[in-house]
Amino acid sequence: MAGSVTQPTVNYKIRKRRHPLLEFAAAQPLGAISGVAILVMLFGGVFSELIAPYDPFEIDFGAMLAAPSPEHLMGTDAFGRDIFSRVIYGARTALTIGFFSSLMGCTTGAVVGVASAYFGGRTDMIIQRFIDVILSFPIIVLALVVVAMLGRNQIAGVDVNLIFAIAIPVMPKVARVVRAASLTIREMPYIDAARAAGFTHTRIIFRHMVPNVAAPFLIMFTAYVAQAILLEASLSFLGLGVTEPTPAWGLMLSGNASDFYREAPWMILFPGVAISVAVFAFNLFGDSLRDWLDPKFKV
Amino acid sequence: MLGYLANRLLLMIPTLAGVAVLIFFMLRVVPGDIVEVKLRGDGGSVTQETIEAERARLGLDQPIHVQFVQWMTGLATLDLGNSMWTDRPVTEEIGVRLELTIQVAIMASIIAIMVAIPLGTISALFRDTWVDYVVRLVTIAGLAVPSFWLGMLIILGLLYYANWLPPITYTPIYVDPVANIAQLIWPAMAVGYRYSAVVARMVRSSIIEVMKEDYIRTARAKGVFEKLVVSRHAMRNAILPAITVIGLEFAFLIGGLVVTEQVFNLNGLGKLFVQAVSRNDFTLIQSIVMLIAVIFILSNLVVDVVYAWIDPRIRYGGR
Repeated sequence: MAGSVTQPTVNYKIRKRRHPLLEFAAAQPLGAISGVAILVMLFGGVFSELIAPYDPFEIDFGAMLAAPSPEHLMGTDAFGRDIFSRVIYGARTALTIGFFSSLMGCTTGAVVGVASAYFGGRTDMIIQRFIDVILSFPIIVLALVVVAMLGRNQIAGVDVNLIFAIAIPVMPKVARVVRAASLTIREMPYIDAARAAGFTHTRIIFRHMVPNVAAPFLIMFTAYVAQAILLEASLSFLGLGVTEPTPAWGLMLSGNASDFYREAPWMILFPGVAISVAVFAFNLFGDSLRDWLDPKFKV
Repeated sequence: MLGYLANRLLLMIPTLAGVAVLIFFMLRVVPGDIVEVKLRGDGGSVTQETIEAERARLGLDQPIHVQFVQWMTGLATLDLGNSMWTDRPVTEEIGVRLELTIQVAIMASIIAIMVAIPLGTISALFRDTWVDYVVRLVTIAGLAVPSFWLGMLIILGLLYYANWLPPITYTPIYVDPVANIAQLIWPAMAVGYRYSAVVARMVRSSIIEVMKEDYIRTARAKGVFEKLVVSRHAMRNAILPAITVIGLEFAFLIGGLVVTEQVFNLNGLGKLFVQAVSRNDFTLIQSIVMLIAVIFILSNLVVDVVYAWIDPRIRYGGR
């Protein structure tokens, strides 16, 4: 029998290592599309001056409530301002506020959540009861209370208090999720090792625990950018967010628009589409990111 | 069960006390109060004495701890005080509007249940087919479209296709049910889209989970019709997580109707709240926030009780 052993032929292709971005695009085509949509918005927001055909503040009473035409792609509003230009500049407002409020809310939430899990016991109990209290309002109600509390404050043309108003309701939601994720991390041997090595609490939290909740953090950050854009639009619509004449999508749906939109529907059509597409893109991107990074994780 | 209920109701007290403390101090951290808005709002000149007098009348000149004790004792005795703007009792101001808001929230819940459960089930059963993709796309869009914008589109649609607009004056349901529903169905639909989307996504994922369970295989193995497997075995069990979402969204709507009420010009709780916030009407803001927190916590409790009722395996209150 000797010599007749056939070697089993293993037929496999060595997969080429592709760029992680390509891997993501191949596994999550919808995520890739929404990623492109986000990049387009980002581009529009950063280079608004170059893209927008008109000055978004320029009032032209000669072209009041003009219907969409080659001159004004999305028509004009009650002051004759070009809606297309205002939608482009609106991307800047929406992304700035969405990005910073989500970043602020998720970061503080993550730190609170990790600390709560790490210290455990009484500290954890107190933090969790406090979070219970904050979580017993709908997000928009809390945001409105913060608006009532802080009033308005602009720094470099950005409504800083609006960012706080959106970040504060986001914080406890993130803290809850991150705490749950950190509870398992706390039991890991390397945390014991770090403790045995005599590291400070701060060092263990920031160097050993926080990096391990990076995946849920990233996923929630994207999802809450969507929430923040929606919330900013709602607050601006109510007249309690961004103020005139700043171009902001939510604001474009209120004020004059609510008086004239029956005659000039393009006034509300395009800003509304912009909000929906932005929120849609960030939601979808967040979902895909979740499936890609951490299939078991649920926000 | 009764013991459990009593326990849960008692546990509400510390949380609500926390809310009361938080809201009280949040409003008073930053200087500025209603008197400024009320008397200086139009840019008119008012003497300092008038302002001081008004402050004294509203009790805003008292030290903060005195005001705090007043607020907390008022809460404990269910005396919420008067609106600082209209001087009418807060309970009266809220009562009129709460009815409308609750009705819209209930109607939106009914729409959501009727749309979401079939949609989510179909999507789960036809998982990864074009049906599923369409449903998923429609539902994820539902999370993105702002309800107030959808409301405006609905109004435009009604105007163009039916040449009809919902009336501006509110008719209570016990006065004229038809007129009432004809008015409130549109805002309910505007918020119902998002609501349905949230619930449908939950139904879909929980049906997918449940269909993997052993008892589904057992039911199929003993030859139960697939229709019955889905309706009796899968849906019954998958409905639980959906109920949580329905409860949460319902509570959310009581405060979350804020923006939609504005579009449809409905004088509901949300509109009152926005007015109170823009006028710095402390007593009114505090009371509405407390009410919303109570509704929120209570609906969580109701969800838990419904759980035990639907799923006999869930037992609360020991042993």
